[in-house]
Amino acid sequence: MSDIALAAAPPGRAAVRLPAGVVAALAWMVLILAVALLADMLRPYSITALDLRARLTPPVGFGGTLAHPLGTDELGRDVLSRLLVSIRMSVLIAFGATVIAAVLGTTLGFLAAHFRGWVEQVVLMLIDFQASMPFLILALSVLAFFGNSLPLFIGLMGLHGWDRHARIARGLAIAANAQGYAAAVRQLGARPLRVYLGHVLPNIAATLIVSATLSFPEVVLLESGLSFLGLGVQPPMTSLGTMVGYGREYLTRAAWILLAPSTVIVLTTLSVSLLGDWLRDRLDPTLS
Amino acid sequence: MLRFLALRLARAGVTIVLVVTFAFVVLRLSGDPALTIMSPDAPPAALAAFRHEWGLDQPVWVQYLRYFGAILHGELGQSMRDGRPAMALVIERLPATLMLTVPALLLKIGLGVPAGIHAALHRNSMTDRVVMAGAVAGFTVPSFVLGLLLVLVFAVHLGWLPSGGDDSWRGAILPVVTLGLGGAGILARFTRSAMLEVLGQPYIRTASAKGVPWRLVVRGHALPNAAIPTVTVVGFMVGTLIAGAVVVESVFSWPGVGRLLVVAVSNRDLAVVQCVLLLVASTMVAANLTVDLLYGLLDPRLRGQATAGAH
Repeated sequence: MSDIALAAAPPGRAAVRLPAGVVAALAWMVLILAVALLADMLRPYSITALDLRARLTPPVGFGGTLAHPLGTDELGRDVLSRLLVSIRMSVLIAFGATVIAAVLGTTLGFLAAHFRGWVEQVVLMLIDFQASMPFLILALSVLAFFGNSLPLFIGLMGLHGWDRHARIARGLAIAANAQGYAAAVRQLGARPLRVYLGHVLPNIAATLIVSATLSFPEVVLLESGLSFLGLGVQPPMTSLGTMVGYGREYLTRAAWILLAPSTVIVLTTLSVSLLGDWLRDRLDPTLS
Repeated sequence: MLRFLALRLARAGVTIVLVVTFAFVVLRLSGDPALTIMSPDAPPAALAAFRHEWGLDQPVWVQYLRYFGAILHGELGQSMRDGRPAMALVIERLPATLMLTVPALLLKIGLGVPAGIHAALHRNSMTDRVVMAGAVAGFTVPSFVLGLLLVLVFAVHLGWLPSGGDDSWRGAILPVVTLGLGGAGILARFTRSAMLEVLGQPYIRTASAKGVPWRLVVRGHALPNAAIPTVTVVGFMVGTLIAGAVVVESVFSWPGVGRLLVVAVSNRDLAVVQCVLLLVASTMVAANLTVDLLYGLLDPRLRGQATAGAH
C-alpha cells in the first residue's frame, strides 16, 4: 500500500528531503523563536544589572569566566542577558512589522483589484511612490520628527514592504476574479468580503506567505540599521542594532560587545532568506 | 512611445509632489520647531518673533503653498541652525558622498555583473556556488556590520587603512568596499537569474541549433536580453547615489549628505531635511525615467507600443 502511494506520488513530493542548509536554518529559527519567547527565563542577569568589578570582561575562552559567558560591557552589564532580550525585541518588531505590511498590502491590493478605476490608480501611485523612495530616508524623517515610541516604531516598520504585497495581491486577485471559482461564488450571492477573504485569499496565501518570508529579513536589517543610528529602539530597551551601535564605541577594546549581536543578525537574516528561497522554490516557482 | 513618455513624466511629477507633501506634513505637524530651536523657556516674545520670521505663525496650508511656490522659484529655504541656504549646505556635502557612492557603484557593476554572467554560464559549478554564497552574504550582512568588521581587521588589527573620518582617498577605501561588496552580491544574483531565464528561451536553442558558436550566441542573443532586468537594478542603484550611504557614512564618520541628514533630523532642521528628501527623490525619479528610456533602446519591441507580458 505504502509502496503504491509512493510510486503514485508526483516526483517532487515522493520524498521530502530537506537540504542540510534548510535544516540548519530551520533549527536556528526555532532557537531564535524559543529565545524570543523565553528571554526573561533564560537570561542569567537583568539587562540593567551592573557588575562594576567585572567591567569589559572578555567572553569565555578569551580570558573570561562562566559568570559572564559572553563577557560584559563598559558598565559591567552581562552581554548574554542583553543579547537574549535584544533578540526578543528585534523578533517582536520584525514579526509585528511583517504582519502589518502583509495585512495592509493585501488589503490595498484587493481594494485595487475589486474597484479598479481610480481606486486602483491611487493604490498604484502609492506603490510607485513607496518603491521610488529609499525607505530608510522616509523612516528617518518620520522617526526623528515624531519622536520615538515602540508602537510607532513597529507601525513605521510595517510600512516597509507593503507595496510588494499589494502588487502581488492585486495581480493575483485580478487573475482570480477572471477564474471560474470566484465568479461562481459571486453568482451564488456571496458578498465581496466573503469572496476575497473566504475564497481568493486561501488560493493566493502561499504566494503571500513566501513574499512575507522574503521581507522579514529586510525588516530585521532595517530595524537594526535604524537602531544602530540611534534612531530606532531607545535605551533602556535594547535591540540587536542598538547593541551593535553601543558596541561600536568599544570596538578596539571590547569587540565582543558588537560581535555577538552582529552574528545573531547575520545568522537570522541568512536563515530566513534560505527558508524563504526554499519555500518559494517549492510553493511558487513563478515568484521571483 | 510619446504617450508612454508623457505618462511616465506625469508619474514622475506626481512622485515628486507626493514626496514634498509627505515631507512637509510629517515635518511640520510633528512639533513646534520654535521650541526645539529656541529652548522651551525662551521669552514668549522671542518665540513669537521666531515663528513670524520663519512663517510658522501662518496656517499650515499657507505654509505649504508658500513652500511649494518657493521650490518652484528654486528657493529651498535656509537652515534654521546657521541661517545659510539649505541647498548650499547639502551641495557642500555632495562631493564627499559621491566620492564614496560613485566608486562603490562602479565596484558593484564591475564585480557583480561579470560574476552573475559567469555563474549563469557555468551553472552549479564551483564558481556558481561561490557567487551565490557571496550574493546571499551581500543581502544578509548589514552594511554597518560589514563596515565595522572591515574596520576591526584593516584599521584596528592590521593598521593598514584609516577607519574613515577624513575625506582623503585612503579613508574612502573601506567605506567604498563596504558599499560595493553588498551591492555587488545583490547585482550578481539578479544578473545570474536574468541570464538563466534568457538561456532557457527557445531562441537560444534555435541559435545554437543552427550552428552559431556558443560564444556568439551568448554575446549576440543572451547578453542583450539579460541586460533588461539588470539595467533596472542598476538604475535603482544609480538612484541611491545620494541616499545610499547614510548608515555607512555614520560607521566611518564620513562628512557626507547622509551624516548631514542624520544630524539635521535630530536637530529638526526642517529646511535641510526637506532639501535632502527632495534631492533624493529627484535623483530616484530621474534614474527611473532613464531606465524607462533605456528599455526602448535595449528592447525594440517597446519602441512601438508596450505589450503586456511580452517575452
